[in-house]
Amino acid sequence: MEFFHVKRDIPFMSYGKLTTAISLGTFILAIVFLISKGLNFGVEFTGGTVMELRYQQSVEINQVRHGVEGLKYGEVQVQSLGSTKDVMVRIPNIQGKTSAQLSNEVLDSLKKERADVELRKVEFIGPSVGDELFTHGLTALILVCVGIVAYLMIRFEWRFALSAIIANMHDVVIILGVFALFQWEFSLTVLAGILAVLGYSVNESVVVFDRIRENFRKPNLRGKTVPEVIDNAITATMSRTIITHGSTEAMVLAMLLFGGAALHGFAMALTIGIVFGIYSSVLVASPLLLMFGVTRERMIKPEKIKEEAVV
Amino acid sequence: MNRYPLWKYILLIVTLVVATLYTLPNLFGESPAVQVSSGRVTVKVTESMVAQATQIATAAGVTPIDAYFEAGSVKLRFKDTDSQIKAKDAIQSALGSDYVIALNLVSDTPAWLSKLNAKPMVLGLDLRGGVHFLLEVDMKAAVDKALEKTSGDIRRELKAKKVRYGKITKERDRVEVQLRDAETLAAATKALRDTLANLKVESISADGNYKLVVTYPETALLQLKNDAVKQNITTLHNRVNELGVAEPVIQQQGEGRIVVQLPGVQDTAKAKDILGRTATLEVRLVEDDQAKLSEALNGNVPVGYELMTERHSSGKSVPILVRKEVELTGENINDAQAGFDDHNAPAVHLGLDSTGATIFKDLTRENVNKRIAMILIEKGKGEVVTAPVVRGEIGGGRVQISGSMGVAEANDTALLLRAGSLAAPMEIVEERTIGPSLGKENISKGFNSTLYGFAAIAIFMMIYYRVFGVVSTIALGANLLFLIALLSLLGVTLTLPGIAAIALTLGMAIDSNVLINERVREELREGQSPHMAITNGYKHAFDTILDSNITTLIAGLALLIFGSGAVRGFAWVHCLGIMTSMFSAVFVSRALINLIYGRRRNLTTLAV
Repeated sequence: MEFFHVKRDIPFMSYGKLTTAISLGTFILAIVFLISKGLNFGVEFTGGTVMELRYQQSVEINQVRHGVEGLKYGEVQVQSLGSTKDVMVRIPNIQGKTSAQLSNEVLDSLKKERADVELRKVEFIGPSVGDELFTHGLTALILVCVGIVAYLMIRFEWRFALSAIIANMHDVVIILGVFALFQWEFSLTVLAGILAVLGYSVNESVVVFDRIRENFRKPNLRGKTVPEVIDNAITATMSRTIITHGSTEAMVLAMLLFGGAALHGFAMALTIGIVFGIYSSVLVASPLLLMFGVTRERMIKPEKIKEEAVV
Repeated sequence: MNRYPLWKYILLIVTLVVATLYTLPNLFGESPAVQVSSGRVTVKVTESMVAQATQIATAAGVTPIDAYFEAGSVKLRFKDTDSQIKAKDAIQSALGSDYVIALNLVSDTPAWLSKLNAKPMVLGLDLRGGVHFLLEVDMKAAVDKALEKTSGDIRRELKAKKVRYGKITKERDRVEVQLRDAETLAAATKALRDTLANLKVESISADGNYKLVVTYPETALLQLKNDAVKQNITTLHNRVNELGVAEPVIQQQGEGRIVVQLPGVQDTAKAKDILGRTATLEVRLVEDDQAKLSEALNGNVPVGYELMTERHSSGKSVPILVRKEVELTGENINDAQAGFDDHNAPAVHLGLDSTGATIFKDLTRENVNKRIAMILIEKGKGEVVTAPVVRGEIGGGRVQISGSMGVAEANDTALLLRAGSLAAPMEIVEERTIGPSLGKENISKGFNSTLYGFAAIAIFMMIYYRVFGVVSTIALGANLLFLIALLSLLGVTLTLPGIAAIALTLGMAIDSNVLINERVREELREGQSPHMAITNGYKHAFDTILDSNITTLIAGLALLIFGSGAVRGFAWVHCLGIMTSMFSAVFVSRALINLIYGRRRNLTTLAV
């Protein structure tokens, strides 16, 4: 059985201008959302107290919100956690009150209204930890990029490294943009997800790059132009690209659907990341490669002809 | 051509068997257990306790299924929670408050597997419930304390060397000493360079202003901070013991942070209360009058005295009568280190601050040939750690305790003296409480999503690639087996992000198989013979697999190094998963393909 056996090479590179324009558009849009709306940072970054509550019977979010706001803690967030029974309450850090006090007060006041509430999780994060996480996250991101660029420069050449990293950062920014647009909570697991996307997406670009390099060496593609060689490489790996992404997406969707609230953000970041991973490896990284002026001669080091000793 | 030599198959079978062995413990359930561990630093739980505890439980009518010694504690397994609680009560009342008896859950892994060091994966708090604290040590306070101590040392030293000095001031990161002229400056510099060998002593003389600046160099500062964190960890250990938590985790994280995890604990308020409590050291005079002692032993303790026990190095407890007045408290002890005395016998060296030094000097001068007791007050109960005889006046704030102790006892005593109080105050910067039901739910949800995802991939692969798909699925299964075996063997703590990483790694691992299968198809399409297609398919795919996995691994390693908490839990599994997936995709699947097709001479088609 074969779904994606394309006989003739698809001229991806001739659409290069269009696709890069599209991705530039989405990229800019993502940045606009990031700036205008900003990320909805989770408690790990901002500090504060988060409580997860479960009611025996379904509950009105507004009722809970009302109950918590009555305590006057400032900017309190009350959200439903996937079902009508699970509720999440976020309280900012308050001077002079410990999280245990805060959570007890909230629970007491909620118990007055509905006795069937159960505390499932309390998280308190001090303000200093968040800043550090931020710098650590950023360091990890930079280190990942440097590592990838260095490896690709050694294995391929700088043009490949540069296009791969631009394509990847494009994915990361778009995921961040989506999180900003929908104001989904940006937690530590989401950060893990995004960093995993970085690894995943570069994986994609590398597979295509590998094929491009191989094609340059193939004798039967010698007469072809560089865009044709790239088109051939993308077409040849198409089937694999779609199947691999399909499998990984199946796994991630299973996590999104069955993993519950705790894995939701992580699975969401990956779901988006995988979709853009395909797009960017094929339609962003490769046109960029062409733009940076990759040529056959640069890829294949001329073989030194051994001089035979004359006796 | 597509045949593996026998040794490769043997190697493969061996790895599979080993992986299965180390995965197995995860399949056995858990049964209720009672854990006996030490409640005080002076009390050590040893192998011999196993028989004793078993005997106590059996006498109470509940025979444990299994009893063994592990990592400083004795564990007894029971068939149900009823007998577990019964046994706990019996052991607690028999052994007393020197031991911590905790309820625990212990894996039902059979003994023969445990002997091979096979154990189930360690579950993180988010999977089993409990409290998690992240405490931050106030390093500024620790440095302040050290500078305070240094200025005291300087004052004493200059006094002893009869160097006249002016004001001694403690600045933010240094101590400054004003001196009158170049001559005293030189004398002071020389004196201090000798005593404060690990500190930087600079003499500055400009415009008739002579002063000495003492600073902590980078290494000394680092040492200081490390010691502060270590001492706080020791103190926390002592305090947590009181909670009776089965397997507490108390670890340093980063430069000045300490993680405390208490599985199964739900009452955060109590936990916090105990973590914040202090134990103290007191120095008091010993009454050696035999008449008074025997009177006290008869239940008639004289007014102004207290009857305590002294633990000898032999392990025996001896009654000792001490005065109620406290001469000196642990507040004045800066440091305690195990070492050796002039006769090369094990000793404990104490460093006192300036107030402590003065008090101690007076105390020893007035009580030559008498005994003084070092008492550790823990849980509101005092115990005499050591009661040496004073041989003469001890000045200078440096006290040496030696006697009939071995190296181990000297270490223990030093630890004890340091353990009483915190080196620097700490504050809670992060706190998490996870209910046990949420933990169970997290496990089942994580497990289910992995299972469904795996099933979907397996079905697709088998339909789409037929025989090669079946092989890929088996390779993927082997990958899961290797990964879980490695996680169990290395004792990596599995958290919810870790489960997510298992799922994602499986999703990504199939990539290598797809690469191979697609390559084989392509080679066939180009008109190669089936055998050539297999050989070249694997060969060509390998380069790509290597490149793509190494780049992913780079990303994973960066996460591991710079991530914390959730990110690190994810990164560990992710990195291990990438390595096992390379092995299983390349080696396991090739071995199977060779087994299926390798021996067929006239192979015309491949089921791919």
